[in-house]
Amino acid sequence: MLDRTPAEYIERKGIVINPAKTCQPIGAMYASLGIHGCLPHSHGSQGCCSYHRMHLSRHFRDPVMASTSSFTEGAAVFGGGANLKTAIKNIFSIYNPDIIAVHTTCLSETIGDDIPTYINQSEIPAGKVVIHANTPSYVGSHVTGFSNMVKAMVKYLSVKDGKPNNKVNIIPGFVNPGDMREIKRIMKVLKIEYIMFPDTSGVLDAPLTGKYEMYPSGGARIEDIRDAGNSMATVALGSFASADGAEELRKKAKVHPVILNTPIGIKGTDDFLMALSRLTSKEIPEELEEERGQVIDIMVDLHDQYQGQKVAIFGDPDVVIALTGFVLEMGMIPQFVLTGTPGEAFERQVDHMLKDAGVEGKVKAAGDLFTLQQWIKESPVDLLIGTSYGKFIARAEDIPLVRVGFPILDRGVHSYMPVVGYRGAMRLIEMISNALLERQDRDALDEDLELIM
Amino acid sequence: MKDRVSRIIEQYPAKVYKNRKEHIVVVDQDCESPQTITANTRTIPGIITSRGCCYAGCKGVVIGPIKDAVTITHGPIGCGYYSWGTRRNKARLEEGEQDNFLNYCFSTDLQEGDIVFGGEKKLRQAIDEAVEIFHPQNIMICSTCPVGLIGDDIKAVANWAEQKHNIKVLAFSCEGYKGVTQSAGHHIANNELMKHVIGTGEAEVGKYSVNLLGEYNIGGDSWEIERILKKIGYEVVSVMTGNGSIEKIKNAHKANLNLVQCYRSINYIADMIHTKYGTDWLKVNFIGIEGITQSLRDMARYFDDPALTARTEEVITEELEEVMPVIEKYRRICEGKTAAMYVGGSRALHYQYLFQDLGMETVLAGFEFAHRDDYEGREVLPFIKEDADSKNIETLQIEPDEQNYRVVLSREKYEQLKDQIPLNYFGGMIQIMHNGSIVLDDINHHEIDEFIRILKPDIFCAGIKEKYPVHKMGIMSKQLHSYDYTGPYAGFKGAATFARDIALGMTAPVWNMVQPPWKLEPMLEGSFVEEVG
Repeated sequence: MLDRTPAEYIERKGIVINPAKTCQPIGAMYASLGIHGCLPHSHGSQGCCSYHRMHLSRHFRDPVMASTSSFTEGAAVFGGGANLKTAIKNIFSIYNPDIIAVHTTCLSETIGDDIPTYINQSEIPAGKVVIHANTPSYVGSHVTGFSNMVKAMVKYLSVKDGKPNNKVNIIPGFVNPGDMREIKRIMKVLKIEYIMFPDTSGVLDAPLTGKYEMYPSGGARIEDIRDAGNSMATVALGSFASADGAEELRKKAKVHPVILNTPIGIKGTDDFLMALSRLTSKEIPEELEEERGQVIDIMVDLHDQYQGQKVAIFGDPDVVIALTGFVLEMGMIPQFVLTGTPGEAFERQVDHMLKDAGVEGKVKAAGDLFTLQQWIKESPVDLLIGTSYGKFIARAEDIPLVRVGFPILDRGVHSYMPVVGYRGAMRLIEMISNALLERQDRDALDEDLELIM
Repeated sequence: MKDRVSRIIEQYPAKVYKNRKEHIVVVDQDCESPQTITANTRTIPGIITSRGCCYAGCKGVVIGPIKDAVTITHGPIGCGYYSWGTRRNKARLEEGEQDNFLNYCFSTDLQEGDIVFGGEKKLRQAIDEAVEIFHPQNIMICSTCPVGLIGDDIKAVANWAEQKHNIKVLAFSCEGYKGVTQSAGHHIANNELMKHVIGTGEAEVGKYSVNLLGEYNIGGDSWEIERILKKIGYEVVSVMTGNGSIEKIKNAHKANLNLVQCYRSINYIADMIHTKYGTDWLKVNFIGIEGITQSLRDMARYFDDPALTARTEEVITEELEEVMPVIEKYRRICEGKTAAMYVGGSRALHYQYLFQDLGMETVLAGFEFAHRDDYEGREVLPFIKEDADSKNIETLQIEPDEQNYRVVLSREKYEQLKDQIPLNYFGGMIQIMHNGSIVLDDINHHEIDEFIRILKPDIFCAGIKEKYPVHKMGIMSKQLHSYDYTGPYAGFKGAATFARDIALGMTAPVWNMVQPPWKLEPMLEGSFVEEVG
């Protein structure tokens, strides 16, 4: 397994080996699915749309519908205007969505297709909406694409029409429907009215009833995204995926942005609750304090199962930053922290966290899994936290893997279960602790196998 | 049935209706002239198609499984990333082999600056680094959409790299926008392998030597097929391309017969080897008991050696003894049920044999990227009109190779055999289907939805994009691209595994729990209320 990876590190400028990121359009497609009644549309070759739908379907194990402009060589030469206009007409008459969210690809970006003009020239039935985001695959990563589509939602839809709604906007970031549900539950417990967008819960974790619904009941309502311009504040969870959308709302509608880390772990969740409490002058209810106390109880009981263990974390920047914070709270040592998404801010923030904790670790943005494996070869870790792609390194280097993030292609149920909030923290502790204990059991001599641990 | 089909497509706008009606055939074997279908034409923009692109057909399908090459996707990160480890084309190092790079994904990860100023420099750098780290014998470069648009000359880079590093470097200009489906990519991959790999080896091979073409070792399929072939006494010179290697493919011209499993993706190589080296090809199908036994007998007839024929029958008997009781057990569960299929360019045909083993009828079958000959047979080839999209894909002009051309079968014997076995011939899918069943090209989401409603198949087999919508309808769906991560399904053992998996799917207890009990029985019964005296 990965046996051609040498321990010796060679600086690379040309080749990426085993990427820890993918391209923008899939993030835009995922965000679009978080609008109720939306059909994402990929403006490029049909292979892009196919790849993105496949990948999202594998992660969520749920239908992922999206259409494509199906470029041919002719369209690549003469421009994709005719394709997009035909597509918009066909989509509304055959699939009847409320809204089409167009994203571009490296093909349509390279030839410079002018999407707003094409949309203006399209036949759009009354009451229907078409929005677009530019998502060139050669800039940023899938997280950038998610962020760009969130920004597009604000640009096209949100308005301030003078009637404050006393709501808080929540941009949840590139997380699972299970996380979005958990955030909504917390808002309900806090008794704070909110508008969450995008919201893929009820779309990508819809129930099986025997009746297929092309547009399941979940997703942010268009009228709510519109109304987001009247909210008192926007809480953006994860700066990479959500800050731009919040900033756009500030520019467009003077909605106060609050940018936080993804609420993973104790402090991550504390910060989220306190920010909401400050914004709304509402007290944090007993129910959430009880949940927090339960996690603290667990951490006191189990700390010796993971404290001091060395861990390598990789994945998307917002989730990785938040996870790094949590493993530090657990007393673990995040020796290697890596994201495929480019961004110096990631390196700065994680470096700062490690320095504060007195941990000497390596941090890299725009990195790949080949680098991560080489780091691990040079200095082994006890645990790997990341996506399914980590399983090859886990096997090659014989370390347990805890699957967190996007994508998870080889295990089910994960997308229904939160990692955010105190409940998410409880789940993460269970996963991390169990992974380490199972490894200990596997390696124990007969006389050392413990019944009670 | 025709009326019901009309009702489904009448819901389309006029232009879409006009287009789609040509892609649907209600099978009528009693028809006076052969039924025709439109295929391999542009997808209608906006349609929720399942089709992929040229890159997916070239890198993803044909050359992706080649293990002894560092395959660099030249472009932004997505294309390389999505085609990494997602197709289940298994590979392992065989004796004497050194390189298997299939766990690795290599990409130039082009950035905005590269798109503006050109990506050749970065590609050169990437090759230098790959050579320094991995010391490969072979490198393959695959282009993605923007590479073609910015005009990077990957062939020139490949020539430069061959000289510099003294290794084989192949360049595939398989930009996603070329052609109308993955099929264009198959052709481009076939061309490059033919031009630069096949015929460059000098291995000595035996009399009963074959190549297995269009077999990608999904879930271990080719290992099971090779097991049977070797058991009979055949020598497998190369497999294209499952668990394949440049090292072996270069000797492909030495084999005495080409076996074509997936016709669509590899027919070009089969034809070109036939023209250049004189090797005949035989359309085989190692999927489903009838398909396997027929194919093995056809092979025996081709080589026409009594010992080989006897051994073939021996192996068939032995294998059947082992698997038939298993299949029979599951057949009892599946018999009488119906199946619908929408898969690539050959499986919707091959898998009808496996359903037949289980006593199941195929009521609908469609291909994603087939051409007319996949449906109607090779008779139709002279009548297929070239269009703007197909013209862009190069057709190689092949001449017989003076040194290596030979005739395996005498003219007389060839004439005699060609009416008995599918020699250099493929009859297409329509001919094996029942009257009233439906053949659909490039089916889309609306049609899947509607046809399931009217045909009510017990199982719908397709890919991951179709699987979950079908499940939501309460109908079982099985992926026939990835086999839902089990398999192999080819060969005798594969047939038994398939039977087990289908029966498991049919009998999963969860299907009886879809409706909550309170929806199935009246719940508002009178409740006991204490009498107030």
